[in-house]
Amino acid sequence: MDTALLLLADSRLPAGGHAHSGGLEPAATAGAVRDLDTLADFLRGRLATAGLVAAGLAAASVSGDRAALDAEADARTPSPAQRRASRAQGRALLRAVRAAWPDPALDELTGAHHPVVLGAAVGIVGGTPEQAAAIAAYGSVNGPASAAVRLLGLDPLGVQRVLAGLAGRVDAVAAEASVTVRAGGLPAASAPALDLLAELHQRADLRLFES
Amino acid sequence: MGLDHSHDPHEPTPHRALRLGIGGPVGSGKTALTAALCRLLRDELNLAVVTNDIYTTEDADFLRRGAVLDDDRIEAVRTGCCPHTAIRDDISANLDAVESLEERHAPLDLVVIESGGDNLTATFSRGLADRQIFVLDVSGGDKVPRKGGPGVTTADLLVVNKTDLAPLVGADLDVMARDAERVRDGLPIAFTSLRERPDVPEVVDWVRGVVGARTPA
Repeated sequence: MDTALLLLADSRLPAGGHAHSGGLEPAATAGAVRDLDTLADFLRGRLATAGLVAAGLAAASVSGDRAALDAEADARTPSPAQRRASRAQGRALLRAVRAAWPDPALDELTGAHHPVVLGAAVGIVGGTPEQAAAIAAYGSVNGPASAAVRLLGLDPLGVQRVLAGLAGRVDAVAAEASVTVRAGGLPAASAPALDLLAELHQRADLRLFES
Repeated sequence: MGLDHSHDPHEPTPHRALRLGIGGPVGSGKTALTAALCRLLRDELNLAVVTNDIYTTEDADFLRRGAVLDDDRIEAVRTGCCPHTAIRDDISANLDAVESLEERHAPLDLVVIESGGDNLTATFSRGLADRQIFVLDVSGGDKVPRKGGPGVTTADLLVVNKTDLAPLVGADLDVMARDAERVRDGLPIAFTSLRERPDVPEVVDWVRGVVGARTPA
C-alpha cells in the first residue's frame, strides 16, 4: 500500500469518524455489547453486513458512476438515521480529501454517502477497487472498536486483540466485495438489528455519539 | 490563539462571521456565559451558537429557556466521548455545523462555538475558531492559572468566573490575577461573577471589540 492510501485508512484522518460509533452506542445501551466477547460478536456481524456493503460501494466508486452508486447506497440503507450518518461522514471525508488531494472529480460528490466518497478518493490517489474495499471493510470495525474503548472503558489492548483476530475476516470481506464488483454486481447484505438500533439511538435522551 | 493572527491561513474573509470558541473545564460557566452573550448581543449582532456535548435534552433546554435564541440558531454537535478532538484534532463536525448556520442565517456577524467541558490542555484549532475565550472558575482552585496549559496561557481572553465564591472556597483572587498575568504575556483577563453581574460588561465589550474589528463599517 502506498502512503496516500495509509493516510485514507488512518483513524486520525480528520473526517469526523470519532463521533460515530456505527451502532455501538445503542448496542451498548441495549446491553448487547458489554465486554470483549460481545464486542467481537458485534463487530463480526457489522463486518459481514454493513462492512460488506460499504466495501462493495467503495470498490465500485473508484471509477464507477457515482450518482448511481449513491442511489444504490440509499437502497441498501433503510434507516433514515444511518443515511444521515453516512452522508454526514461523506461530507466530512470530502472536506479532508479536498484539502489533501484537490481534484475536479470531487465536485460532483457534495452530499454523497461515505463509501462513495471513499472510493472516489482512493481512485484519485491512484488506488484500486481492492484497496478501496479493504479500507472500507477495515473502517467498518475499527471505528466502532474505538468507540467501545471510549464508551465502555474496555481494555484497549484487549480490543486490539479482538481486531487482530478479525483481520482475516476483514480481508475476506474486502475480497468478496471486490470480486462481486468486478463481476458487475454490488453486495446487498442487510442488518435489521443495526437499522433498528440506529433509529432507537436517535430517540435516546442521552447520546454521546452522532450515530 | 492569541499569539499571531497575521499568518493564519484560515483568517476569514471580512464577510464571514467571526467564529468565537468558548472552552474550559466542566462547570466553569461556559454555557452560562454563552447564554449571557446571546441575551446581551442578539439585538445588535446577527448571531448563532454551536454547542458541543449538550447531550441530554435537559441540557439543551438551558439555552432555550428564556428564549435566549431561536432553536433554529442553535446547532448541537456530539463528540463521541472526546470533546477536545471535536474542537482541535478533527473539527469537521463543528465546521459543518458552523457553515450550516452561516448558510441559513447569512450574513451572520458572530458564531459562538461552545466546547464540551474538558481539561486545561484543550484549545480550539485555528481552523475552527478565529478567537477563543477560556473560562475558569474560582472554585476550581486558585492555583489553576499557575499551572498554565494552552487554554490559560494562549486564549485571546481568559475569564475567571464565580468570583463571588472566592471567600467561601478560600481562593485568593490577587494570586490568580498575578499568576495569570505572568503566564499570559499581556493578553487580557476578566474576573467575572455571572451570578452578581449577569451582564458581564468586560466580556461583552471584548466580544464587541473583536467583532467590530472585523466587520467593515
